[in-house]
Amino acid sequence: MDILMILAEAARSAVGPVAAIYALAAVGLNLHFGYTGLLNFGQVGFMLVGAYGVGISVAVFDLPVLVGFLVGLGCALVLALLLGIPTLRLRADYLAITTIAAAEVLRLVYRAGFAEPVTNGVYGLQNLSSGFREVNPFDAGGRYGFGAMTFTGNQMWLMTVTWGLVAVFALFTWMLIHSPWGRVIKGVREDEDAVRSLGKNVFAYKMQALVLGGLIGALAGAMLAVHQGAIQPDQFKPQVTFFLWVILLLGGAGRVFGPIIGSMAFWFLMNFTDGFLKGLGREGLLPFLEGPDYGAIQLAFVGLLLVLLIVFRPQGLIGDRKEMLINVK
Amino acid sequence: MRTRLVTVLLALITAFLVIPGAAATADEQGGESLHGQITQPDERDLGVEGIEIMVFEGDDEIEAATTDSDGNWEVVLPGPGDYRAVVDQESIPSEYEVRETVLLVGGEAEVTVEADERRPLIVALDEAGTAAEEPEESESPSEGEDAAEEGEEAPADDEALEVEGVSGGFGDRFAQLTAAGLLFGLVIAVSAIGLSLIFGTTQIINFSHGDMVTFGAMMALLFSTGAAGMGNSLLAIFAGLGVAVLLGAFMEDKLGRTLLIILQWTAVLGGIALATLVGVLGDDIQWQVPLWAAAAIAVLMGAVLGGTMERYLWRPLRKRNVALIQMFIVSIGVALVLRHVILVLFGANRTRYAGFQVQELVHLGPVSMPPRDLVIIAVAVVVLVLVACLLQFTRIGKAMRAVSDNRDLAESSGIDVDRVTMYVWLLGGGLASLGGVLFGLNQVVDYEMGFRLLLLMFAAVILGGLGTAYGAMVGGLAVGLVAMLSTLWFPAQLMNAWALALMILMLLVRPQGLLGSRERVG
Amino acid sequence: MSSDEVDTSAAVEVDRMADAVAEPGSPKSDPILVADGVKRSFGGLTAVDVNHLEVQRGTITALIGPNGAGKSTFFNLLTGFDRVDQGRWTFEGRPINGRRGHQVARAGMVRTFQLTKALTRMTVLDNMLLGAQGQLGERMVGAFLRPMWRSQEQANTERAMELLERFKLVDKRQDMAGSLSGGQRKLLEMARALMTDPGMIMLDEPMAGVNPALVQSLLQHITSLRDEGKTVLFVEHDMDVIMGISDWIVVLAQGGVIAEGRPSDIRSDQQVIDAYLGAQEVEGESGESGDE
Repeated sequence: MDILMILAEAARSAVGPVAAIYALAAVGLNLHFGYTGLLNFGQVGFMLVGAYGVGISVAVFDLPVLVGFLVGLGCALVLALLLGIPTLRLRADYLAITTIAAAEVLRLVYRAGFAEPVTNGVYGLQNLSSGFREVNPFDAGGRYGFGAMTFTGNQMWLMTVTWGLVAVFALFTWMLIHSPWGRVIKGVREDEDAVRSLGKNVFAYKMQALVLGGLIGALAGAMLAVHQGAIQPDQFKPQVTFFLWVILLLGGAGRVFGPIIGSMAFWFLMNFTDGFLKGLGREGLLPFLEGPDYGAIQLAFVGLLLVLLIVFRPQGLIGDRKEMLINVK
Repeated sequence: MRTRLVTVLLALITAFLVIPGAAATADEQGGESLHGQITQPDERDLGVEGIEIMVFEGDDEIEAATTDSDGNWEVVLPGPGDYRAVVDQESIPSEYEVRETVLLVGGEAEVTVEADERRPLIVALDEAGTAAEEPEESESPSEGEDAAEEGEEAPADDEALEVEGVSGGFGDRFAQLTAAGLLFGLVIAVSAIGLSLIFGTTQIINFSHGDMVTFGAMMALLFSTGAAGMGNSLLAIFAGLGVAVLLGAFMEDKLGRTLLIILQWTAVLGGIALATLVGVLGDDIQWQVPLWAAAAIAVLMGAVLGGTMERYLWRPLRKRNVALIQMFIVSIGVALVLRHVILVLFGANRTRYAGFQVQELVHLGPVSMPPRDLVIIAVAVVVLVLVACLLQFTRIGKAMRAVSDNRDLAESSGIDVDRVTMYVWLLGGGLASLGGVLFGLNQVVDYEMGFRLLLLMFAAVILGGLGTAYGAMVGGLAVGLVAMLSTLWFPAQLMNAWALALMILMLLVRPQGLLGSRERVG
Repeated sequence: MSSDEVDTSAAVEVDRMADAVAEPGSPKSDPILVADGVKRSFGGLTAVDVNHLEVQRGTITALIGPNGAGKSTFFNLLTGFDRVDQGRWTFEGRPINGRRGHQVARAGMVRTFQLTKALTRMTVLDNMLLGAQGQLGERMVGAFLRPMWRSQEQANTERAMELLERFKLVDKRQDMAGSLSGGQRKLLEMARALMTDPGMIMLDEPMAGVNPALVQSLLQHITSLRDEGKTVLFVEHDMDVIMGISDWIVVLAQGGVIAEGRPSDIRSDQQVIDAYLGAQEVEGESGESGDE
């Protein structure tokens, strides 16, 4: 087993397209949970409408990919409003259950038989990347980078755009949070009744945060569609949301760079454990486990990471522990 | 605290290290390839062997593959690029035909493969002579089979439930589905009482409750089909944990603190040692019990699981003043761990309890159902009545309701809240296990069954009123009925969607639920 | 409420209340808040049922009553934090019933909470700035246009510093609010409420859980609020505190107003004494059955 190879491969995935996409979605979730305190457990629903916005526009209606992005964003806006109106007035945990339920309902609807003419049901949609790749300034067949850190031209293009979006929205978050608007949002996170008693329309602020974070999530979904070139409804299971939560908590909720650091660390760990388990398996050190079990072990590991993080390092990698300890409710 | 967490962890790790895993296909790494699995249209666990798939680049055939006995195939490609995959119509058994989709026209598909991509290609079969679309009114799982071919992923779930013997005119179907909904609702109610009580007493929204349901179903399956090495080991570990938890719950006042801790540790470590021993002995100690006895064992183990989580996870977290939101996230982590440990131990297969699959239907007026469903209804009703009696008439039941109503008030009026919470977890874990067995008996057992039920349990609990046990019962029935009856008018795949929609509607109209009381502000 | 009266504050009680009669629902000469027929019940139990109540401008009015008399609920109703079953009330002559919490606050009626709601993971200064009204930077688009709100932010910061100075919190301005002591949090909450520049300030048990040493300074702050012309309505348990600083006292029992008057009137009111003693006994029984 070549431990250096595994490390290199894991490092490669930490900056790769998937890490970038998850970082983007987690930036949205950070706005929800990290700053506003909204327990959104349906971020994958926003990714789904974003991805299908692109998917349906491109594959079914033959529209340019940019239009697909706009459609996805529009759908996310509608979804945020539909979700927010009934639940944002209620206690935080109701939002959690409603969002996870709504994301599941969406997945069920998109894969259902009656929706097949536009969504192609469980088979999903394919050939979504060509429009995006046409404007690729990199050489599609070329190889970029050095050593293990090598990416194809198409991957480079996607990474540039996605990490670019991550940077833009991180800056966007920073500006918002360091403004009076951000002050109100953080106040809502701490105690919405207090903020309400000071004459702020808490509902409107929560709604704005939900919409903003949702739109960022939808962008991540659209990038996912472009990256994979194909989407199926069943890849948008609640699991994805849980990954995003691990990423956010791993990096540090309520920190501008939390989701970015979190996503890189998360995908590094995921790929490292994967490579490590497979390596052990090839050496014959895991006689009782078969290939597919590795995936399950990895997910169990994700769950364990989540528990251990909350118990031992609730502030994440770059959070402030003192700030976390104050939060005794 | 930390050391105890590690103990639990070690126990779990030991458990799955000493246990043989499920068999499945190997996984290759690196390079570009095209792969998939072709299964029978009606039984997606069974692959179709001998179908040939050819891959062309331009007009040149570059590679071909034939499905193996599980229906798997894989073509290694020379590099990234555009390819054309063709299913050889000759090689398809005469009883099937390739399903036409947007991508797969006339058995041909154009695909683009990225560098280092292991690209899945979905090829689905239909019974020869049937048109592509008829999922709506079929009574068996309608379209789930299609989703199975996603490659690395475990078989996808079918989102609809099966209902036996639903046919005839609207009136008949209405009666049938009402009965089915009642049954489904009762199963949800049994499973969800724990969820609601746990929320009431600890304010934790327990995301791992669904996986506790799966756990129960799996344990019953294990012990009713032959418990060898793994079953014995698990039993030993849970016996150890159970003794430790019960010692903590009952003997806390009677024994000294050090003695108690020593005894608890001895129990846990003894359990692990025993587990290792029987694990090494492996399949030499083999036994099996009828399903009802297996269900009883499963309920006990479920209770121990609940108690262990309370004692070694939730109580320490509460003592540390961890915020509720954080607890909520911890429960998601626990859910992931539990679900995937179950997946590693038992595999992704969908199984049924042996001996209850094919049964003569019993006719009761317009309703006909197999005897097993009647048994499920009877058991569920009896259990619900017993739980209601427990809550209404016994001291501990009243204490549970009191704590659930107002934890601080109960504490100040002299109730040992920690002990009551422990009982609630024991009860909730046991009921969740029982719900799993009933659900598995009615449907199939697989590692995601509980998670699928979880959202419906949430719906039930919110519908009835968070924190109230009776609310969970009422809400469960409502959710079950709505889910089943929706199939009268709407596609079966959306039955769960309707139940969830009902929950969202309820939140709009009456957020405190049917039986809940309005919250005071400030 | 003119400044002349403030100077002669030795014998203020009677003066401030003009010639109001000590009886439930009595009219006032210059009411800032008028409530009519306010009702709220929880699951069949009537929590609040106030026929008529007026609060005189520029006074300290105390709302007292035994546990479960509906004081806090009444407070929540008036400030839009809970919804009434029926009833109307006006503030400064404008109807504000049916308004939500933030709208009531914008109208100039600002409240604090029994359990102090300091925004724990924000600095003391940020807590204060949150109180300022009409901030351009609080709109989402405005947030990106720093030049638009920079000067406003500066002005608000100055005002916040003045208030912090007055409440002796200025040294703590960069500390997290969560690190303050209980009494300091109460002060911060009061200062934050003042930051909104309210016409009337409603304090929900301002002395609850405060270190006795701090009580005097809190009381001084409250009286100085009145002396600046603000109206104060507060809920309190401690009788000594109430008798000492209130101009007018309203007694609630079982949701309704049973007596009103100057401290001297209330002290001698047989009905109030009965309500207090009687209610304590009844409460012992209903406490159990009521929580089913």
